[in-house]
Amino acid sequence: MNNAITLLEAVNLALNHALRNDSDVVLLGEDIGVNGGVFRATAGLQATFGEHRVLDTPLAEAMIAGLAVGMSSQGLKPVAEIQFMGFIFPAMEQLVVHAARMRNRTRGRLSCPLVVRAPYGGGIHAPEHHSESTEALFAHIPGLKVVIPSSPQRAYGLLLAAIADPDPVLILEPKRIYRSVKEPVTDDGKPLPLGRCYTLRPGRDITLVSWGAMICETLKAAETLAEEGIDAEVIDLVTLNPLDIDTLLQSVTRTGRLVVVQEAPRTCGIGAEIAASVSEHCLLSLQAPVRRVSGYDTIMPYLKLEQHYLPNTADIVQAAKQSMEAL
Amino acid sequence: MHESTLLRYIAPNGEPLTALPVWCSQSDWLVEAYRHMQFARLFDQKAIALQRTGQLGTYASILGAEAIDVAVGMCMEATDILAPYYRNHACQMVRGLPARHILSYWGGDERGSAAAEMQQDFPNCIPIATQTLHACGAAFALQYRQQSRIAVAMLGDGATSKGDFAEALNVAGVWKLPVVFIINNNQWAISVPRTLQSAVSRLSDKGLAAGVPAIQVDGNDIIALRIALETAFQTAREGQGPFLIEAISYRLSDHTTADDANRYRPAEELKTAWKHEPLARLRTLLFRLQLWDEQRDTALLHDLQNQLDAEVKAYLETPAPPVTDMFDYLHAELHPALREQRDWCEVNQMPGGSHAPGGADE
Ligand SMILES: Cc1ncc(C[n+]2csc(CCOP(=O)(O)OP(=O)(O)O)c2C)c(N)n1
Ligand SMILES: [Mg+2]
Repeated sequence: MNNAITLLEAVNLALNHALRNDSDVVLLGEDIGVNGGVFRATAGLQATFGEHRVLDTPLAEAMIAGLAVGMSSQGLKPVAEIQFMGFIFPAMEQLVVHAARMRNRTRGRLSCPLVVRAPYGGGIHAPEHHSESTEALFAHIPGLKVVIPSSPQRAYGLLLAAIADPDPVLILEPKRIYRSVKEPVTDDGKPLPLGRCYTLRPGRDITLVSWGAMICETLKAAETLAEEGIDAEVIDLVTLNPLDIDTLLQSVTRTGRLVVVQEAPRTCGIGAEIAASVSEHCLLSLQAPVRRVSGYDTIMPYLKLEQHYLPNTADIVQAAKQSMEAL
Repeated sequence: MHESTLLRYIAPNGEPLTALPVWCSQSDWLVEAYRHMQFARLFDQKAIALQRTGQLGTYASILGAEAIDVAVGMCMEATDILAPYYRNHACQMVRGLPARHILSYWGGDERGSAAAEMQQDFPNCIPIATQTLHACGAAFALQYRQQSRIAVAMLGDGATSKGDFAEALNVAGVWKLPVVFIINNNQWAISVPRTLQSAVSRLSDKGLAAGVPAIQVDGNDIIALRIALETAFQTAREGQGPFLIEAISYRLSDHTTADDANRYRPAEELKTAWKHEPLARLRTLLFRLQLWDEQRDTALLHDLQNQLDAEVKAYLETPAPPVTDMFDYLHAELHPALREQRDWCEVNQMPGGSHAPGGADE
């Protein structure tokens, strides 16, 4: 199958593949069965695989995460959907105090090979609490892997990798580009490696690092910069924890300049972690201070102001030029 | 008190099932309720139309829940505290919130939750069931200050599955808090039917385990609702503790304007539900009781439409909030660390700035 599909369809394809090939895989979440998920990520899966494998749960996120801990401790591979990342907080207790540390607590006797998927991020004119980017809260938790795909192919391969992973993985899906980015995806069941960055565009002059939906603006910014003679390298971070610091360092050592682009608020974001790691490891290669393009340190505004909160292409271009101008 | 049968006074066809309370004919309460319910229905249609034409964000319709909201709004005292969820526009309007602010909220403007008319009420609660605990905390404050006010939490049937609700019932029971919980059991939580939420046949039975008296009432029957609410509110107000009301209704709309219920809801079920809807039921009753006639009905609708048009106009003419609002309400005082970001935010939206109107990314 080689048709161009959306990120959402790629998620569906990966889930279908996993359900088809591994009877230990079960899906659970709110509205994921008959309705196929509020974004249609699980469309058709309950009809194909049955109600015992694609479970419409009662409305309770702590329950969903706690069930996933219990299921996975017995070797099942639950893939739980949290309808929106804004509603993940009741599940957070189970993820932080149990899923992330079961292996450590029992010195490997029990583990939690579970996956939690949640759409995140702004820009779709959604109601309150539906647009935040709180990935850093989870990336801070030892024992939890945090992955954000930003293309259909990566969504497919990384979701399969997360399901195969022996430990808990949180996959955050950038819902703003659920349907806007299309590419052909081969349904070959091949996982893509977790914990690795993807260089989407090689460049000599400056490194732009981003993840999630902001990758689109970052790639656009790189094009604009190219027109002005600035050759930008674009790296999709993809896995927020554990960080593929080697790829980042190799790039920054070459270009000497780094701009991190995140939709999330600035303070204690992933950008800060990257900037700290880069300054620890290759400060002397830097020709300009690391710059961050980010959301403001404010509550994600409701839709009337969301475009003023979200960083855009012009912001990235501006930051890159400032970086180029620095000595 | 644990009623074993559904409380109901009016049959779906508008026929009284039993002797009606005297206030039905000796006051204009029913006509007042009808007026509010009609307005809610007109408002709802308009809000959906505004959303469909890009003039409102995602909107949660109240179609089918008008009686519950209006009865709650009318039975509460102005000084009581409402902890609503996202489907209580009618209750909010009865409590004095002008429709323009409700539109403002659903239009994506935080100022919709700032209206002075909301007094001490909470803003719409989106994270399911969390508001039930706020109501308990507010009720504690009232109890602590020895006031005879009460707190009222509204929630859906789906919300009863969440731990927060069990926790709220539990603490309300053990502390005898002046709080009333009202479940709008509209049979669906987005696509998940009531039967998949709980194995219990009556959600009101969830009060039992917490020692909270509960009653199940026909949520399409404004008289039954008033009777149940009066008992519940009186219990709470007189210091005898919390009460739980399960009002049986039906969500006659999609979950929100972002939903398509045809994917999961049997058409036949919807058709049947329309035969039970609250507005037509009350209208027929009013005609039967000779409290209402066609002439007055036409005049009322005309009147309400004009009121609504004025509210919609006021909403549409409200300028967007200043971008700096993002910063100015974060803390009581702007921290110096945020001042630079605030300045940039302001500069970026000016002509030539990265976020100027009509910029490349718009
Ligand atoms: C904690 C949380 N989880 C999920 C959601 C998404 N969501 C919004 S409404 C809804 C269904 C609620 O159903 P119910 O409580 O019956 O209220 P109704 O909308 O039917 O009035 C869900 C799952 C949410 N808002 N909050
Ligand atoms: Mg419901």
